[in-house]
Amino acid sequence: MEINFIHRQSAHCESGVTANLISHYGEQMSEAMAFGIGAGLFFAYLPFIKLNNLPMTTYRCITGGIFNRTMKELGVSVESRKFRDQELAMETLDATLARGIPVGLQTGAWWLPYFPPAYRFHFNMHNLVVYGRRGDEYLISDPVFPEPVVCNRIDLMKARFAKGTLAPKGKMYYLTRVPDRMDLQPAIRNGIRAVTKVMLKTPLPIIGVRGMRFLAGRMELWPRNLGEKKALLCLGQQVRMQEEIGTGGAGFRFIYAAFLQEAAILLQDDRLKEMSSKMTAVGDVWREFAVVAARMCKGRAGENESFTLPANILRECAADEESLYRELAVIVSQ
Amino acid sequence: MKEKDVPQDVGIAEGIKEVCYAVDDEGRYHLVPSAGWEPKNIANDQAWELLDQQLDAVRQRVLAGELSLLAFHMAKNQMDLALLTQYSGLFRWRIRRHLRPEVFSNLKKPLLELYAALFKTSVDELTDINKIRNFHFRTPTKELKV
Repeated sequence: MEINFIHRQSAHCESGVTANLISHYGEQMSEAMAFGIGAGLFFAYLPFIKLNNLPMTTYRCITGGIFNRTMKELGVSVESRKFRDQELAMETLDATLARGIPVGLQTGAWWLPYFPPAYRFHFNMHNLVVYGRRGDEYLISDPVFPEPVVCNRIDLMKARFAKGTLAPKGKMYYLTRVPDRMDLQPAIRNGIRAVTKVMLKTPLPIIGVRGMRFLAGRMELWPRNLGEKKALLCLGQQVRMQEEIGTGGAGFRFIYAAFLQEAAILLQDDRLKEMSSKMTAVGDVWREFAVVAARMCKGRAGENESFTLPANILRECAADEESLYRELAVIVSQ
Repeated sequence: MKEKDVPQDVGIAEGIKEVCYAVDDEGRYHLVPSAGWEPKNIANDQAWELLDQQLDAVRQRVLAGELSLLAFHMAKNQMDLALLTQYSGLFRWRIRRHLRPEVFSNLKKPLLELYAALFKTSVDELTDINKIRNFHFRTPTKELKV
């Protein structure tokens, strides 16, 4: 039993699943478009959430946010369920597949056998689409992999019921009704507006543009407060959060630039094209941050390199992004 | 980032390419496969090295008879007491007891099988102290340059 589902590799799992599921029912949608309408771009420095005992930074919105927002904006109806009973969860998956419906799942990456060992972390927010079953093997479109993959029933069940932070609890979701014509223009405007608002106006110092500056300030204090060794670990963690599989480069800034480029065409507004180029330039500055930070981690820093150097690059990102969001806010308000 | 600048520095992904967004000469965006990027590889190596150091610290305590093999397998599987409690369905105090070598060596088969299944290993592997001596998370990637 196999649904004719087109697998397209994406940078990020959630925007990839969102775009691939919508594309299955008609209009082709790119990952970047789903990411933009879903207002995925974000920044938050969350020192009180620890990952491997190191502070966490995120460049994207809360998990599930991109999917939910995109579906709501485009008027797509979604059925979503969680389960207690593991067998029932698998039977419901089978029954839904039998109706010819591709099913999205939230899974724990730890249990997915096709992940390379070095990527096996207890990470519970990995999204994928199941589009068929052959005996005990499920056919899976995992958006961050180049080709479709397979996973046997036992492993998939374990992945769906992974434990720990944000446990998926067997969560599955599928589209029930997709409008014949989707009105992208207002959805794009709303998506951009949401991003500018959260990046500029969140009244918390650790979120948005202010969050970048806050992180820059903290970064300069790391060596004194945490010691050189831990400070370098924190710096390395920044690089991983920013560049690790799923961001498309530069902490989602390049995906967002790709979205702005598509938006410029759909809204017939050349200013958005210009914004896209500016966002690309900001992304390049983020990449520069990663290069400098990694050099420091590797112990290759020159004598004059202190944590002020990467911190100042972050401040540059903050300044560039701030003016960019202000311009964007004006463009979409008209 | 330009299309031609998309890095292809093979690292922990072991040849599996991920997607990067990059622009062509006309400034148009494309999805370009990337094998990895050195700064990222360095950061990943750093993270795995830390995990390996932590694992080694546990190993020393196990070999010294301070902790049971269970402690090693927990570290190897990146599970802390809270996570193992959730997965096993056992009481936390019970697992903590099993961290004592003299308790662990007397565990009955069903419990050992439960742990072995959670750690995706066999009871023999789980209880053989010689198997832990040479385990490392990963050999660091070849000397990287930035």
